Amino acid sequence: MGISVDGANKSFGDFQALDDVSIEVPDGSLTALLGPSGSGKSTLLRAIAGLETLDAGRVLIDGEDVSKKPTQKREVGFVFQHYAAFKHMTVYENVGFGLKIRKWKKEKIRARVDELLNLVQLPGLADRYPSQLSGGQRQRMALARALAVQPQVLLLDEPFGALDAKVRKDLRTWLRNLHEEMNVTTIFVTHDQEEAMDVAGQLVVMNQGRVEQSGSADDLYDKPANEFVMSFVGEVNRLGDDFVRPHDIEIVRDRDDSTEEAMVQRIVALGFEIRVELMLADGTEVWAQLTRGELQRLELREGQIAYLRPVHAKSFNGSPPSNPRGASTPHGSPDGGDAGITAAA
Amino acid sequence: MNSRANSSPTSRWGLRVLGLGYIAVLLVAPLILLFYKTFEKGLAPPWEAITSADGLHALKLTLITVAIAVPLNTVFGVICSLLLVRHRWRGNWLIDAVINLPFAISPVVIGLCLFLLYGKNGWFEPGLAEAGIKVLFSVPGMVLACIFVSVPFVVRETVPVLQEIGTEQEQAAETLGASGWQTFWRITLPSIRWGVAYGVVLCTARVLGEFGAVSIVSGHITGETQTLPLFVEQQYQNFNLPGAFGAAVLLALLALVVLTAMNLLKRKEAA
Repeated sequence: MGISVDGANKSFGDFQALDDVSIEVPDGSLTALLGPSGSGKSTLLRAIAGLETLDAGRVLIDGEDVSKKPTQKREVGFVFQHYAAFKHMTVYENVGFGLKIRKWKKEKIRARVDELLNLVQLPGLADRYPSQLSGGQRQRMALARALAVQPQVLLLDEPFGALDAKVRKDLRTWLRNLHEEMNVTTIFVTHDQEEAMDVAGQLVVMNQGRVEQSGSADDLYDKPANEFVMSFVGEVNRLGDDFVRPHDIEIVRDRDDSTEEAMVQRIVALGFEIRVELMLADGTEVWAQLTRGELQRLELREGQIAYLRPVHAKSFNGSPPSNPRGASTPHGSPDGGDAGITAAA
Repeated sequence: MNSRANSSPTSRWGLRVLGLGYIAVLLVAPLILLFYKTFEKGLAPPWEAITSADGLHALKLTLITVAIAVPLNTVFGVICSLLLVRHRWRGNWLIDAVINLPFAISPVVIGLCLFLLYGKNGWFEPGLAEAGIKVLFSVPGMVLACIFVSVPFVVRETVPVLQEIGTEQEQAAETLGASGWQTFWRITLPSIRWGVAYGVVLCTARVLGEFGAVSIVSGHITGETQTLPLFVEQQYQNFNLPGAFGAAVLLALLALVVLTAMNLLKRKEAA
C-alpha cells in the first residue's frame, strides 16, 4: 500500500512543524524520514497515522484520501520511541490487544500471538509484564503488537532512539530482515543518518518543516541538493563557496596549481581512520580523512606545511543554503547543534 | 541526598523523639484515652448507646451518605481529571481553582451556602417545594453537604497520575483500533486505578466524619437527620458520656478500616 502526503501544513501556535510537505512512499518500501529534532519528521509520521490533524493538505493510503478518517480506521501499525507498552497487561495481552478489540476468538488470538512472539524472537515471555523486559524486548513486543492486526502500513517513530548502541545495531539489521519477510510498507523516523542509510531503501531528509531532498542513500550522499543535506548525511568542509567531504581532500607533499597550502594542526588516530586537522593561509580550518597507510606514506607531522587538493568539491550557489550552520569545523557545528554526523538526540 | 546519613546520631535521635513525641501526645494519647473511657465500665454502656434505635439510625444514615456521595464524587472526579489533563483549554485554571474551594472554605460556611440556596426564600426553594422535594432538614441536604466538602479528593489524587502516565499508551490503543470508550476502560482507567482508589479512600474518610456542613443543614432531628458525628455531639450535650464515647469509637473504627485500606493500596501501588 503506497502512501502519499500532499501539501501538508501543521502549526503548533507560532511554530510551523510542517510547511507544505509532500512525499511519495512506494508500496512495499522501507522509507526513512531523516532530520534534526524539530524538523517536523515525527509530526509528519503522526499525521499519517491520524494522531495529528493537518491544518491543510491530504494523506493518501493506497490512493484513498484518509485525511478525515480517525486513527482507529486507518489500519496503521504505530511504534513509539518509548514503546508505549500497556504496563498493566502481560506481553500476551499487549500483543493480543488489537485482536481482542476486533473480537477475535480466544484460540485464534492465542495462535496469532504465539506466531508473532516467535517472529519478534520473544517466545516464552508471554506471561511477563513489560516492566520485566529489557528496552529492546519491549520495543520488539511493541512491534509485534502493531503487526498483530495486519496493518496496511507500519509507522515507527524513532523506534531505537531509547536503546543503547549495541541493541540498536542488532535491531536495525533485524528490522531490515523483518521488512523483507513481511513486505509491508514501512516508514520510520530517525535523526541518525547512519541508521537511516543502514536500514532504509529510500530516505526523505527534512529540515525546519520542509522536505529538503528525497532519494536513495547514494543519491543523497553523492548528489546532495543543498548544503543542509550535504552536511546532514555526512561530514563536510567549507572552502570558500565550495563544500568538500573530508575523504575527498587529498594531501600531497609538493605544491602545484591545483593545491592549496596548509599547516597541519593536529593528527588524530581513530583506529583505521586518521583525522588530519589543517589550517589554510586565510585561517580557514579544514580536516581531511586519511587511512593509516596514507599517513605513513606522507610522513605528516604536526606543525608541518602540506598541500591539499580538494576532489569532488560542490558548490550550491544556485540555491542558497537553507541552513548555513557549521560546515567547516571538524567538531560538528559551532553551536554544538545537530547538523553533524553524530546528530545527538 | 545523603544529609541524613551524614548527620550525627544525637540530632537523628532528637528528631525522631520530637516527631514521635508530637504524634504520641497530640494524636495517639487522645485516642487511647477515648477507648479507655468508653470501655471503663465494660462493654454494655457503649453497646447500648450504639444499638439504640437512634444510634443505629445514625449509623445507617452515615453509611447512606457515604454510599451516595462517594460514588458520585468518584465518577465526577475522574471525568473532571480527564478534562483538566487531557483536554487543555484556557478555562482549566478556573476549574482547578474552584475544585479546591471546599479545601479552603470552612464546612460551616458551606452549610450556610446550602441553607441560602435551599432554605426558605432560597434560589432553588420554590421549584423544589412545588415538586414536593424537601432538601433542608432531610437526607438530600445532608448528602449535598457531604458531596460538597469531599469533591476535591478524587480529582487531586487522579490528576497527577494521569499526567504521569502520559498519552502514548492511549494513542497506541487508538492505532490498534480501540474506540475512545474502549481506550478509557481498558487503558486509562486501569492505569490510574490506584490514584482513583486512593482518592476514594480519602473521600470516604471525609464523608464519614463530616460535621460542620451537615450540622447546619440537618436540623438535628433525632432519629431522622442524625449522622454518627451529630449523634456523638448530641449524646455529649446530653451528658450521656458512654453513648458519646461508644459512637465516637465506632466512628474511629470505621475511619481506621478506611485508612488501613489506604495503606494496603499504597503498598500495592508501590509493588
